[in-house]
Amino acid sequence: MKLITLFLTNGPAIGQSLAVHIMLVIVSVSLGTIIAVPLGIALTRTKRIALIVLATASAVQTIPGLVMLGFALVLLGIGRAPALAVLTIYSILPVLHNTYTGITEVLPAYTDAATGIGMTAMQTLFKVELPLALGAIISGIRVSAVYIVSWATLAGMIGAGGLGDWIWTGLATYNTDYILLGAVPAAILAFLFSAAIGALQRILTPRGLRRRA
Amino acid sequence: MIEFRNVTKRYGAVTVLDDVSFTIPSGQFAVVIGPSGCGKTTTLRTINRLIEPQPGTVFIDGEDVMDQDPVQLRRRIGYVIQQIGLFPNMTVEENISVVPKLLKYPKDACATITHELLTLVDMPYEAYAHKYPSELSGGQQQRIGVLRALAASPPIVLMDEPFGALDPVTRESLQEEIKRIQRKLKKTIVFVTHDMDEALRLADVIIFMDGGKILQMATPEEMLHKPQAPIIKSFLGRHIEESGAKEGMKAQEFMKRRVHTVLESAKTLESIERMRKREVNSLVVVDDDDHYLGTVSIETIKAKGKAGRAIGEYIDTTTLTVNRHDDAKEALDKLLASTQNYVIVLNDDRTVAGIITRTSTAKAMGQALWGEIES
Repeated sequence: MKLITLFLTNGPAIGQSLAVHIMLVIVSVSLGTIIAVPLGIALTRTKRIALIVLATASAVQTIPGLVMLGFALVLLGIGRAPALAVLTIYSILPVLHNTYTGITEVLPAYTDAATGIGMTAMQTLFKVELPLALGAIISGIRVSAVYIVSWATLAGMIGAGGLGDWIWTGLATYNTDYILLGAVPAAILAFLFSAAIGALQRILTPRGLRRRA
Repeated sequence: MIEFRNVTKRYGAVTVLDDVSFTIPSGQFAVVIGPSGCGKTTTLRTINRLIEPQPGTVFIDGEDVMDQDPVQLRRRIGYVIQQIGLFPNMTVEENISVVPKLLKYPKDACATITHELLTLVDMPYEAYAHKYPSELSGGQQQRIGVLRALAASPPIVLMDEPFGALDPVTRESLQEEIKRIQRKLKKTIVFVTHDMDEALRLADVIIFMDGGKILQMATPEEMLHKPQAPIIKSFLGRHIEESGAKEGMKAQEFMKRRVHTVLESAKTLESIERMRKREVNSLVVVDDDDHYLGTVSIETIKAKGKAGRAIGEYIDTTTLTVNRHDDAKEALDKLLASTQNYVIVLNDDRTVAGIITRTSTAKAMGQALWGEIES
């Protein structure tokens, strides 16, 4: 009861944090996707380099978020920009990985047919490979978005704002209610992002590629 | 016209095509056949520059393909692959009009083409144009695969084992369709297969390859008649036997080997006893060296025979005989023209090789037509 009262009294402030949080997720995942998709496509053309890059990206992913934020704090200072930089880096890997596998897993029959009937490499990419890899790419974006919703709570620590502020305040003052004020909306947000992107994926999948029931 | 002039292709130490030269005139249905790894697919893919010869030259209508832009070249050559390769993200109509669209045909032209082509294979536009490949059967998918190759009216169509993955019934109907389409639209088709039935059914000319070389290039008729390598013979297999049945079958192929013989010195009662046991009414009489003398029948012995006399005295020498290497037709003519029930087949040294009866003839015919039959 106390929690609901607290939630209601802090409504506008939480709403503002939520807006900032959503902004952090959308901006970083968008930037990450813009970087990851072309990079993933480029990697499919140079398989040897691809293995090195994907291994490196996986290694970066294992660096704890707090450590990365620490680096960002030192290098870029406090505020939203360093937080976005770190979140963007984290959002790259799932999309990169899925773009790469999505395109590599397009059956050779399709690319062979495309080349054989006279498509240029670019036409093959845009008319055949990307449409067929689209499902995998969107799955990558979905994973990224869910990740970033939770990573973004950490970003509150270096002054990015968002739902993380409430959690950090709660932790600093030993007030579990404040922690929940940040954590519960964050969890719901993660769920909603996942559902929304899932719906988008279904809409974007051509009928011919949908699994038949 | 497609011409290969001394085309060679090596991957490292492996030679896939070894100095291949041939010409396929326009409007011909050429089938390239051979065992796995013989270079047939490589040959096909060299025509539209999916593989580039080194050294050697491929000419299409007198122009070196290496002088042409590969993308433009491929748009002018139809291409069908075994895995079908219809784009699953596109509808039937979109798949068929891919190449016309690449060539920037106007929209209504693309629609007209799709209509016409679907009619060609009896798949009504209304029912199929907006379906996706995953909603079609394998045979229907490959029909669309063929239509996609035909859409921009290319004079040449390359087909790489296009019907290999289909069930026999579907395969046969597609073979008929492609042959009909080829005749109607007068395409030059280069068709790769490892199935000799298919080659014989479709080809105007068969190119038989092995080890990157052409072993024989001939019409189906000529290849059946004079296969120029043992491996071609083994590919032709039953087709050779079938055509061999019509000519060149020898008397020995119609005979049965088990013949009941008796020495001329054998006695009458002994012979009758033998006939009774074997349930026959005649015996073939031979001398001590197994040479044929004649036959003796139970009627003759019963009528004239006296107990204890050698049967040599009662031999019938008018029985029909043929040499085992005589033409089978001759032996059958003799048998049918006479009232006798059998013809004796002799070896070159006049020993008995076998006997042709009406039953053995029927059995031999059956085997020639349907292979081994149980007796």
